[in-house]
Amino acid sequence: MENFASLVPLVILIPFTGSLINLFLGRYLNERMIGTVASGAAGIAFVIAATMTFAMPRFGYEGVVVNPPILDSWLYIPSAALNIPWQLRVDTLSLTMMLVVTGVGTLIHIYAIGYMHGDSRFARFFVYLNLFLGFMLILVTGNNLLVTFVGWEGVGLCSFLLIGFWFDKKHGVGWKNSNAARKAFIVNRVGDFGFLMAIFLTFWTFGTLDYYKPGEHIPGPVHGETVTIEPGAVASSDTHGASTETVTDKGIFGKAEDLLAEGGHIVHFGPFSLSLEAVLTIITLFMILGVTGKSAQIPLFVWLPDAMAGPTPVSALIHAATMVTAGIYLITRNSVFFHAAPLSSAVVTLVGAVTALIAGFIAVGQWDIKRVLAYSTVSQLGFMVAAVGLGGYAAGMFHLVTHAFFKALLFLGSGSVIHAVEHGHHHAHAHGDHGDQGHEEETPFDPQDMRNMGGLARKMPITFWTYLIGTLALAGIIPLAGFWSKDEILGKAFNGGFNDGKIEGFIALGLLIVAAAFTAFYMWRQIRLVFLGKPRTAAAEHAPENGALMTFPLVVLAVLSVLGGLLNIPLGVNIPLVPNEILTLWLEHSVPYTKGLEFNFLLAVTATVIAVAAIFVADRLYSPEPLTKTGKDKLEATGLRAYFRLANAKLYWDETYFRLLENPYNRLSKWLANVVDWDWWHDRFHNNVIRDTFNRLAGFLANPVDRGAIDKAFLRLGDAVAAIGGRLRGLQTGYIRTYVFTMLVGALIVIFLILLPLLRQAVGR
Amino acid sequence: MEPKSELLVTLTLFMPLIGVIPILFLTRGREARIKWYALGFSLLTLGASLVLMFSFDSSKAGMQFEHLWEWFQFGNFKVSYYVGVDGLSLLLVVLTGFIMPLAILFSLDHVKERVRLYYAFLLLLEFAMIGVFVAQDLFLFYVFWEVSLVPMYFIVGIWGGEQRIYAAVKFFLYTMAGSILMLLAILWMGNHFGTFNVQEIMSAIQAAGATNQSAFPVGPTELLLFLGFFIAFAIKVPIWPLHSWLPDAHVQAPTAGSVILAGVLLKLGTYGLLRFCIGFFPKVSVDVAPIVAVLAVIGIIYGAWVSYAQTDVKKLVAYSSISHLGFVVLGIFALNSAGFQGATLQMINHGISTGGLFLLVGMLYERRHTKDINAFGGIWKVLPVFSGLSLVIALSSMGLPGLNGFVGEFTILLGAFGSPVLGFWFTLFATAGVIMAAVYLLYMWNKVFMGEYKQPAEAHGHGEAHGESHEGHGDAHGHDDHGHGDEVDMEAVKRAYPPLSWNEATALIVVVIAALVIGLYPRPFFGYMDASAGALAAEVQRYVPGQTTVVQE
Repeated sequence: MENFASLVPLVILIPFTGSLINLFLGRYLNERMIGTVASGAAGIAFVIAATMTFAMPRFGYEGVVVNPPILDSWLYIPSAALNIPWQLRVDTLSLTMMLVVTGVGTLIHIYAIGYMHGDSRFARFFVYLNLFLGFMLILVTGNNLLVTFVGWEGVGLCSFLLIGFWFDKKHGVGWKNSNAARKAFIVNRVGDFGFLMAIFLTFWTFGTLDYYKPGEHIPGPVHGETVTIEPGAVASSDTHGASTETVTDKGIFGKAEDLLAEGGHIVHFGPFSLSLEAVLTIITLFMILGVTGKSAQIPLFVWLPDAMAGPTPVSALIHAATMVTAGIYLITRNSVFFHAAPLSSAVVTLVGAVTALIAGFIAVGQWDIKRVLAYSTVSQLGFMVAAVGLGGYAAGMFHLVTHAFFKALLFLGSGSVIHAVEHGHHHAHAHGDHGDQGHEEETPFDPQDMRNMGGLARKMPITFWTYLIGTLALAGIIPLAGFWSKDEILGKAFNGGFNDGKIEGFIALGLLIVAAAFTAFYMWRQIRLVFLGKPRTAAAEHAPENGALMTFPLVVLAVLSVLGGLLNIPLGVNIPLVPNEILTLWLEHSVPYTKGLEFNFLLAVTATVIAVAAIFVADRLYSPEPLTKTGKDKLEATGLRAYFRLANAKLYWDETYFRLLENPYNRLSKWLANVVDWDWWHDRFHNNVIRDTFNRLAGFLANPVDRGAIDKAFLRLGDAVAAIGGRLRGLQTGYIRTYVFTMLVGALIVIFLILLPLLRQAVGR
Repeated sequence: MEPKSELLVTLTLFMPLIGVIPILFLTRGREARIKWYALGFSLLTLGASLVLMFSFDSSKAGMQFEHLWEWFQFGNFKVSYYVGVDGLSLLLVVLTGFIMPLAILFSLDHVKERVRLYYAFLLLLEFAMIGVFVAQDLFLFYVFWEVSLVPMYFIVGIWGGEQRIYAAVKFFLYTMAGSILMLLAILWMGNHFGTFNVQEIMSAIQAAGATNQSAFPVGPTELLLFLGFFIAFAIKVPIWPLHSWLPDAHVQAPTAGSVILAGVLLKLGTYGLLRFCIGFFPKVSVDVAPIVAVLAVIGIIYGAWVSYAQTDVKKLVAYSSISHLGFVVLGIFALNSAGFQGATLQMINHGISTGGLFLLVGMLYERRHTKDINAFGGIWKVLPVFSGLSLVIALSSMGLPGLNGFVGEFTILLGAFGSPVLGFWFTLFATAGVIMAAVYLLYMWNKVFMGEYKQPAEAHGHGEAHGESHEGHGDAHGHDDHGHGDEVDMEAVKRAYPPLSWNEATALIVVVIAALVIGLYPRPFFGYMDASAGALAAEVQRYVPGQTTVVQE
């Protein structure tokens, strides 16, 4: 049983090793070798993860806790009953994440070899990329909230490093990139604050942070019913602060289940006494704050669009396919907690659905090809978050997987476009046969602006066709992957509303359907702007198709975007040779409270009709030419002008935050530092109050206290010390430097007096 | 015959003092050797402290390697030379041994004036600081406490920046003001208990506590005594709002001085709080813990906020100490084992991380002779190794998991949350300080290391022209930014930012390794502390009315 899972430390170690090799030896290697090392590391990790996956059925799909060799506990404080082992969890959930991370990761690594060709920090890029994989794998395999947090922060660091990768670009772009990196880190820190609070609460409620103890297991799932954790050892009902150790062999979920089943538990935190359910609600609410940071949900999503400052492979890997899905993973992993906290689940649902809608709306008004995709990612993450909020853990994970395929595809496709347009621009520039170059000297050419594109379908056929597949998959067109996964989420919302009578189910259903319409619309707008019509600039005219290193991953991802839906065909749909609900059944082995769903034909038809209609509208609007004669969006020429401008201005979200949070923070900081701390406290208070008081006090102490008490006390120290004391008194209020010198001499004499008997003692023996 | 392990502490203590002798008596003309002697003896001290650490029995709570020598006695007062270490002071001794070679390593290249006096003061300071950590006699403790002031006063006053005299005097006066009160308290204690022996006094207090009595007279005496010690330590830490001496002393001190000041000297205060305020006055500690913790939390947030507004890099780091030491004080007054251990480890961590930050600020200063944050930019591009190491140090200060800062902060916050006297709100606000640490440190990191490379003014004309000629080229590549390596004039860069010397690189690498080791494998460090911290926590919690129960029916 343990054998196959004990490979898991390798999955983590190999990317780290790749990172270290390129860090220390990168300068001696050429690009191809660096790329091979990095992609090889990712590839090997994928192969190991796949091996474990295929071994899983033979071991009954049961999750295993693995103790890595050599390493024992990370934090181990017996007297505080704290023990954080470096344990890893191999189960169907973590394997799913491992496969996505390493699989998509490997493809993106290969792509990046082509994309980053010629960059002066080529090696460092792959150092970061491998480092990211390592931390991401820690995040998804850790068997402990705190180990997950290590990965969580680690990927945040890599995200920071990669967003700011081109920190040194000219024309202020470098500063923009650096600030985007900083923004991402700080906004995520706000989320991490929530995660940390959740950790503290969990620890003091359950006395441990482990998800599962070794040997503890979830019993075989009963399909369609709630799965509960089998009561094993009797959980102590009064976990007693730091002093008492409750020896049970259960992790936080097992304990939570037991205590909830018993009912009536009260948890005391200092002055607070709360029911266990209330505590779980608070824990999960804090967790949600963490999720909104990492998975870019309202209110903390603002960092993700700016994060597109990083190189495009980074956007694909970290800011679309993997890191940003960590929040969905976290909620799924903690499904027991969320299940017990309906309020938090409702909050999750609403946060997700509102984010999906708002980000979808903003995406309609963007010009930057990557920004559209960025807001689209925020929106799709909203779908996933809404799904897990409604208890659709499998639905959320399903969309996570398919989204990883087609969004990585779209990002890589956009990278391919940008790369080509840049080359086209360079080409046109070098030949100098176009009249509009005079302007470009002043305003740098933006190869990401869709207004500078057009007609690229003929220039870059592979990129176009794969991009089209990605678009349709994202828009949810049958039978592509996105259709199935999005439909399952809508089905969950429908179910939550109509069957379970949850108000948030109705709301989510409505918001998500509108968001889906937006999705189809902005994606088709993008297709029209980028690939169809006529080239609008010389750069687009001369854009070449990219090499195989970049197109091969596109093709693979396109295939996955087509076939990805087969992973979880809902009940009620029969496809030959493909069993239904593969992913749901697979996840049930590790995610309690996962439920499958019947195919809802009516809903599927409605959603598809809406998506097709949105595409149709977009196609009408943006054809034959996507821009008006003055270079404006076609929407601006209609009555929807105001809405377009609102979307284009991102709803003034950043500006609002700046006004409400950032600016007051900065001003308060300046005020505290300059006025309060320096002018008032440091200068005035110190000089006028403290110094004078001290002088007066010193005068007082010099006479009555020093002479009265100290001298009497040290009378027997001998004449030497007394003499010094006499000098001290005389100099008390005098020249400080003399004072200090005298003290030094006095101190040295005291030390000498210590030494003397010591020496005598040593000699005497 | 068994080696006399009881002399180990004494040996560690006196090693730096022995080092002063050859330095003082080295003949003229051989002054070049002075720095190597100083480095050698500081390394010997480190070695001795490591031997101490490895021969330490971490299963015991009490003092080890005790060395007691009855010194003299008069009337009620019994004074002895009594030293020893337990789990709480052991690591601080090692920290002192660790920080001093780093400070000297940096000074090797950069201190050229009055070297004899300089290194003599450094070693004397090390002697005094170790003395404070190992002294088990209040009188002896006080002597070391005061002696530690003197060398630092001169280091700031002689080798410091422009306003060094002002800063040195202020530093001295502030600390003295507290010390006087502490002296009174110490004399009272010595008189009352008939001894200055810390262990004897503690046993008397604990014996009284065990029978629900107080070793102190009724009335406010115990509180007053507590305050006598507390104020002295609070100034040293410094606990908000007594921090006003700190930015002056830090900014004016030479780099090595700042490293030692932040690395060790501030810990004299936090160590004193833990050992004496908590140890002698557990009852008062329980009563005042929420008040002190409020000050600590204010310090965390205030320090972070004020730090963010600084334009002087060194001042920014200086204020960050207020924030970081707020965490330490919070951990101490959580009054549980996790808090004590987190606090002690965080003292070590702060020494390493902030020591490292001051080192790198010093290295920047030696290159550009400015500490203005706006004078820098894009250094990552021109000094990648230095910047990489700096990033790790900044991240460790920020508390990134896997590096040392996180381990300490996490344990402190966990302790504060589960504390019988603090709890949710304290932890909530203190944890918010973790966000703020990222704000000011990334602000600094961003301004100095990221962004476009700023060529200093002296080579400006040349650099500008060169950059311009390449602009079209850069544009053409635009997004990809291929081949931007040739955009800056490497000769001008070398003049502005000479690469790290071996000494500098060694110092930074050592700091980074220490940060990684503690971050990834803190277990042995907690192991050393566990027994002592657990015993102290058990002792204090006796005074907590109605122990907190976490989950119950």
